[in-house]
Amino acid sequence: MTSEYLIYKSLLVVLVFVITLVVAMYSTYAERKIAAFLQDRIGPNRAGPFGLLQPLADGVKMFMKEEVIPGTSNKALFILGPAISILFSFLTGAVIPWGSAVNIMGSEYSLQIADVNIGILYLFGVVSMGVYGIMIGGWASNNKYSLLGAIRASSQMISYEVAMGLSIIALVMTTGTLSLNEIAAQQQGWHWNILIQPLGFLIFVICAFAETNRAPFDLPECETELVGGYHTEYSSMKLGFYLFAEYINMFISSAVIATFYFGGYNMPLIARFVHDSNALAILGVVFLFAKIFFFIFCFMWVRWTLPRFRYDQLMNLGWKTLIPLSLLNIVITGAVMMRHEIFQLFVK
Amino acid sequence: MQLTSRSKVVSNKTMTFKERIYLPAIFSGMMITLSHLFKKKVTIQYPEQTRPVSQIYRGQHTLKRDEIGAERCTACGLCAIACPAEAIIMVAAERKKGEEHLYREEKYAAVYEINMLRCIFCGDCEEACPKEAIFLTDRKVDSDYQRKSFIYGKDILVEGIEPDKRVDVSKRETAAVAEFKTHKEYDHNKVLKRNNK
Ligand code: SF4
Ligand code: SF4
Repeated sequence: MTSEYLIYKSLLVVLVFVITLVVAMYSTYAERKIAAFLQDRIGPNRAGPFGLLQPLADGVKMFMKEEVIPGTSNKALFILGPAISILFSFLTGAVIPWGSAVNIMGSEYSLQIADVNIGILYLFGVVSMGVYGIMIGGWASNNKYSLLGAIRASSQMISYEVAMGLSIIALVMTTGTLSLNEIAAQQQGWHWNILIQPLGFLIFVICAFAETNRAPFDLPECETELVGGYHTEYSSMKLGFYLFAEYINMFISSAVIATFYFGGYNMPLIARFVHDSNALAILGVVFLFAKIFFFIFCFMWVRWTLPRFRYDQLMNLGWKTLIPLSLLNIVITGAVMMRHEIFQLFVK
Repeated sequence: MQLTSRSKVVSNKTMTFKERIYLPAIFSGMMITLSHLFKKKVTIQYPEQTRPVSQIYRGQHTLKRDEIGAERCTACGLCAIACPAEAIIMVAAERKKGEEHLYREEKYAAVYEINMLRCIFCGDCEEACPKEAIFLTDRKVDSDYQRKSFIYGKDILVEGIEPDKRVDVSKRETAAVAEFKTHKEYDHNKVLKRNNK
């Protein structure tokens, strides 16, 4: 482990951190713009050209707001909640392969912070930790709406995690690896996993919506029933952290969807025109981000189209539809993979 | 037994498979919202653009002066009685000698106040006025942070004497309107009778 390697990795960590922040920041802006456009409005356009400074203005507003910690709340946990939420959102970015390796002066530098061979497991572990942020925050607020929101959030996330995990198992069966880097590398050219696993993709996307608490699964912060949901009692930057964590989660989910099912940093046909591997790597990053932005747009598009589910509908969908479907998906995937053996069994 | 003609037969049919998987409906819904992405925006960027209003728009009132600049209002109080929002109050005073250039009639309003927060801009005051003194104009009432500034006194309501400070109400003060007001049998002129009942 040379010192250059360490410097490079720390630079990459900082870079990914900053990019995540910026993307999440501008997602708030994009959300408001897209919401406006879908509703025939214009959206924020006063702060800076096209309202581009709006996220900064929002940030300043969040920082300047009075910080209220309810007297009856559990102070330590109350502060811990949003901290956990945002910490684990950031951690997920570590295993995403942002591009293939670049070659600088004879040494290879991977554009992935940590190529752990159990990347998928890591991802799931960290994502499920995110529930604690919400749960602890809602519990520590000592408010019935917060608590209800937190309970909803955790039960929703736990039930959709099951279906999500099962849909990924089918993917792992076909790709034969748990490393995100390898999954991305396997999808060169037209070998995108969506073509192999369309059902798995559908289940995964639905679960991703539920995991990020986005509409139509935004029951934890269902305003009509729960005031603000788990962050009812939060104010100032603590609230900001919760909201920010949601946008980071959305960004990471989009990155994960792109990596799992849409070829990650690969783009068909591009290798024919560009032969330099470094240029290809940079282009790969561009393609990955294009895909990510498309999925972020989809997240918002869905949010401003669909109404919220009722809670029992949500649970029915999760347990009675998605889980059996993903099990079926596993069975079908297995059957297709073993088709020669099965065929021979019948021939005999 | 049917009590009203408004009852509806509620259909509780079971959904077809296509409806039950939701996805076709979701996609068609998403296409609808997507199409709105490219539609013309309805927003009016207020301080720079204003919504065009009719020439006889009912906005902030003005108290007119006559040709020589004397106030037309004679403090008869008909406007205040006609006002459904009870937004107008006034204090009458007698015109002194030498004030003929200030007040057209022998009695005038020393205080005339309209509470713009109560006013619903119905225009009944204008219809009731026998002296063609009060008119609504196409100006908008300015917003403010304090309630008390919305009680408009004569300083705001009475138009200026100088020709350039006069408020143009020619679109509202027409011959047809004057003719209309002379017909006491019209419903709007019965407002007084109704109120006095
Ligand atoms: S416009 Fe209507 S509500 Fe307003 S002061 Fe005149 S009569 Fe009253
Ligand atoms: S504005 Fe007209 S109706 Fe009102 S008091 Fe004056 S003269 Fe009478």
